[in-house]
Amino acid sequence: MANDLGIKVSEGNTVKLNLQVGDQIITLPAIIQPGQARGTVGLALGYGRTKAGRVGTGIGVNAFPLITETAGVPVLARFDNIQVSKTDLATRVAHTQTHHTFMNRDFVVQETTLDTYVNHPEHAFHRPALAASTELEKTLGDEVIDGKLKPRQISLWKGHNYPNHHWNMAIDLNSCTGCSACSVACQAENNVPVVGKEEVLNRREMTWIRIDRYYSSEKTAKSNRDLEVAAENPEVTFQPMMCQHCNNAPCETVCPVAATTHSTEGLNQMVYNRCIGTRYCANNCPYKVRRFNWFKYHDNVKFPDNSGMNNDLGKMVLNPDVTVRSRGVMEKCTFCIQRIQYGKLEAKKKGRPVMDGEVTTACANACPTEAIVFGDIRDPESKIAKLLQVKDKGEMQEIHEHRAYNVLEEINVRPNVWYLAKVRNKEENAS
Amino acid sequence: MEVVSAVRTPLVTGGKTVGDVTHDICIRVEASPPRTWYMALAVSISLLAVGSYTLFYTLWDGIGMWGLNKTVGWAWDITNFVWWVGIGHAGTLISAILLLFRQKWRMSINRAAEAMTIFAVICAAFFPLVHMGRLWLGFYWVLPLPNTFGSLWVNFNSPLLWDVFAITTYFTVSLVFWYIGLIPDFATIRDRAKNRISAAVYGALSFGWTGGAKDWSRYESVSLILAGLATPLVLSVHTIVSFDFATSVIPGWHTTIFPPYFVAGAVFSGFAMVLTLMLITRKVYKLEDYITIQHIEFMNIIIIVTGSIVGIAYLTELFMAWYSGVPAEQYAFLNRATGPYWWAYWTMMTCNVISPQLFWFKKIRTSLWATFALSIVVNIGMWFERFVIIVTSLHRDYLPSSWAMFTPTFYDIGDYLFTFGFFFTAFFLFAKFFPVINMAEVKGIIKSSSTSKKGLK
Repeated sequence: MANDLGIKVSEGNTVKLNLQVGDQIITLPAIIQPGQARGTVGLALGYGRTKAGRVGTGIGVNAFPLITETAGVPVLARFDNIQVSKTDLATRVAHTQTHHTFMNRDFVVQETTLDTYVNHPEHAFHRPALAASTELEKTLGDEVIDGKLKPRQISLWKGHNYPNHHWNMAIDLNSCTGCSACSVACQAENNVPVVGKEEVLNRREMTWIRIDRYYSSEKTAKSNRDLEVAAENPEVTFQPMMCQHCNNAPCETVCPVAATTHSTEGLNQMVYNRCIGTRYCANNCPYKVRRFNWFKYHDNVKFPDNSGMNNDLGKMVLNPDVTVRSRGVMEKCTFCIQRIQYGKLEAKKKGRPVMDGEVTTACANACPTEAIVFGDIRDPESKIAKLLQVKDKGEMQEIHEHRAYNVLEEINVRPNVWYLAKVRNKEENAS
Repeated sequence: MEVVSAVRTPLVTGGKTVGDVTHDICIRVEASPPRTWYMALAVSISLLAVGSYTLFYTLWDGIGMWGLNKTVGWAWDITNFVWWVGIGHAGTLISAILLLFRQKWRMSINRAAEAMTIFAVICAAFFPLVHMGRLWLGFYWVLPLPNTFGSLWVNFNSPLLWDVFAITTYFTVSLVFWYIGLIPDFATIRDRAKNRISAAVYGALSFGWTGGAKDWSRYESVSLILAGLATPLVLSVHTIVSFDFATSVIPGWHTTIFPPYFVAGAVFSGFAMVLTLMLITRKVYKLEDYITIQHIEFMNIIIIVTGSIVGIAYLTELFMAWYSGVPAEQYAFLNRATGPYWWAYWTMMTCNVISPQLFWFKKIRTSLWATFALSIVVNIGMWFERFVIIVTSLHRDYLPSSWAMFTPTFYDIGDYLFTFGFFFTAFFLFAKFFPVINMAEVKGIIKSSSTSKKGLK
């Protein structure tokens, strides 16, 4: 990593740097960016504003004074006459993600090379398997291949019956650019509170969909400690992560008051009115996508940044179809249930079933690369059914697309969100 | 009825007679308490006051006053809960299992240990209540009450609901057991009462006890029945508490070894707490003849046994993580020992695995100071055990993007202090107003037949 000053950033804790260009000095917090060229410092313009309202005023440092002109043209990239020195000023930067590598966990991030994918698509990806007992082999017969079973083939639960729709989502890791439009769209659509810097520092941002950004570790890294460090020249994976709407949802079984339940359309539902806030569901969520209302974020002077809920004008922008959550309840992605209900209602008024494309989520709607596809996998003509190559097999649908995988398939929570693994066009062993 | 072998060392020393027992115990209720008692009570009430301040703001502003975050949804709250429930277990073991096994040495310690159980269970129940986001609804929504919300019912799949049943059952049985045991002693105090108020109060508390043969017969039967009822609770309560973790999918929680491991840990920490309290009570109330070195040694032996079970459980966990071949599971345990919370793990290991082994030395297990120090060390270790299980498993689970640290706030600490304040205030009030030793039962184990003793009084 190109960090010659020996700065360590842990949980957002860092130090400030003095950055001197000519006779101008500004002091800024330092963040170490894996993959950044050696001997360079990156600095964003547009901060340090003085008249930008509640959101912008006084945030960051204005970098414009560093810009000089050569023959009347402002010089944005400078390579000479720059001095960077470390100060003793400790500071903390509000990050939503403080661990940057995926620890080579192929149950989280799957990818392959183009060559492997084209030639051996069936072996290109990590497919967890369970060793089947001889007894299971007898009962399941030819479903057991080489004495092994897919996690899906065994369950403690009876499963759910989805007579009408079965809403699923596919996210193509190849297409995702990590732009965060989905996250912003979700925040606006679902009245997600803006908790402010202090609460982000406390690791309590409320986003229902987040972009997990992972750097690869060095190829040589084997120990956990080495895997924690991003490579000098890392590969980057963006993985939008939201409630996976598990068919065997671990959150549903643990709630003492049944405040989170399963719908007949495959959604994992959160009943705010019933929630008593034990947070057991969030602890037992393997994807950590559940968000708790630690405080009353609306109508509370302590959260002035949450302007959408703390002043009369802001409140007029709230989505009237979505509940504003009270203190002490859990919340999470609903697959935009208000949009699903609206779509079904409109179709019903026209006396026909919902057609593919009529219902979509805010994130899928906002995605500029169409990396997120939402739809009903019980409709064989739907975009998602074709994308995932869904084949109906009794009550469950089988997914035949080789790139499609569930994050954490081996714990058999059976998510309704599918990721299409990343295929990189590179040499097999190049990093 | 109670026959004590002549070759056994007497459980009560100092040549006490039946009259001495009554006098020694009742005098603590009747006389004004020593200055040390007032000082101890003042400290306890101050803790309660600090705790009340933080508790008020936790309830007023929300659970956000604690250091929890999106990744670590439980930390000190449930750590304290499990710790306090565990502490209670010694009382039940002493009063129920040791009664069934006819261990007579339990008789001078069961009253205080049972009182400790009651207060510890109240402290334990405090945390699941306060940790709820919406306590004002949750405290009755978790009960399977018929309601007008439609078909709303509790979720019988949830281990938290099992906890509700386990803890309420445990509390009820412990309270009844403790109270039944108190009745004959309350009657003794009533009979000795010199003013009308205490005569009336202890008279009401003693439920019209006459001391007749029929009373005693019923007393013995009820004690035996309640001991039978309480015995499975020693095993079941902490088993169910461990299900909160064992039934989950989180690496480090999803472990079938938890039920026996938790039960052993509970008895382990419970006896440590009994020792801490008894050594103080014994000294302040000069009860050295009733709670002898032999009692202390027996309890220390139980600590070695349960502490060793806990130690084996820790090692088994590590082995199973490796043997499972599951990367997330292996990481969870490596992270405990070598990750950012390594200090918590090694505090736990030192306090719970190494320190109780010192009791193999007779000199240490019969030393009051060593016992007192180690009893506190064990309780620190057992608190860290729960912290390690809860926080280090949650803070780095499956998706590295969510990994986070937990840092306690002033309010985490204050709410924990609140329970300490409550526990010690309740215990000191108990020690003043209730007989701290079961007089009726202790009288059964003294050598009353020895005529030579009679002249001493």
